[in-house]
Amino acid sequence: MQVLDLNIKGHIRTPSYIRGKSGTVIQFCGFFLNPEDLSVGITGGPVYPLYRVSFAMEHLWSNYDRSENDELCIEVYDHWLDTSNT
Amino acid sequence: MHEHKHDDHLPVVAEDDAGNLEGQQITTALQALLVRKGLLAAGEITLEIQNIESPGTHLGAKIIARAWTDDAYRQRLLANGKNGAAELGIKVGEAQLEVVPNTPDIHNLVVCTLCSCYPRSILGQPPSWYISKAYRARAVREPAAILEEFGLVLPKGKKIRIHDSNADLRYLVLPERPFGTEDLDEQELMALVTRDSMIGVAIVASWQKK
Repeated sequence: MQVLDLNIKGHIRTPSYIRGKSGTVIQFCGFFLNPEDLSVGITGGPVYPLYRVSFAMEHLWSNYDRSENDELCIEVYDHWLDTSNT
Repeated sequence: MHEHKHDDHLPVVAEDDAGNLEGQQITTALQALLVRKGLLAAGEITLEIQNIESPGTHLGAKIIARAWTDDAYRQRLLANGKNGAAELGIKVGEAQLEVVPNTPDIHNLVVCTLCSCYPRSILGQPPSWYISKAYRARAVREPAAILEEFGLVLPKGKKIRIHDSNADLRYLVLPERPFGTEDLDEQELMALVTRDSMIGVAIVASWQKK
């Protein structure tokens, strides 16, 4: 699946270095309140599925040359994921 | 030598007569106001400070030492870190605890690129370098260089797995048990486990028999 590059302002938890990148979901973490809502006082939900997603380091950084096996795992909320092509 | 002109300006660091920085002055004023309005008792503040400051790396080390000596416990811990900690009477305040085990083939490294997320309830407050922008930016980009600066050179064939603790989970690295520690009991093992090894910028050093 691919991480979307949403144009959301405010307290987002999806860092720019994974946006637009393709990765693999390795774990479903449960449902959590969205930090984008929490930061502006919306504490009543809805809750969002949260996933751990793994990316190859050499895919994240064009000049990464230590090992093709090195990987990075990060948490991504459902609305930032495009699962249409998986 | 010193020819450029100094304009009048406020001091860079604002202190009061007692040496309190600006942030402390604001905090103290706010605290006094909240107490005066009856919204908080002074004792509550002290208690909260104690709650924040009392956890330390000894809690994490206890978890690691148990995982090294009890394989069934290790399995339960890896399946659910929070429950695993609770078995030892350690309360994890964060939503979930993910314990990531180092193996002969994989080395885990934890960072929070967005701020300073850290398993505070079992490791205490993070070290200043963990919060620094340099560590946060570089750990996800050039982890091997970071590790080398901490004195850890990994064999090329060992995979590095970085965990960006960017949202609701917290991560604890389960280091490999060093060679030559077969005769040590849990207490002695605990003493070997360092904070840095549980973040992943170090390994637990081999115990050397005297």
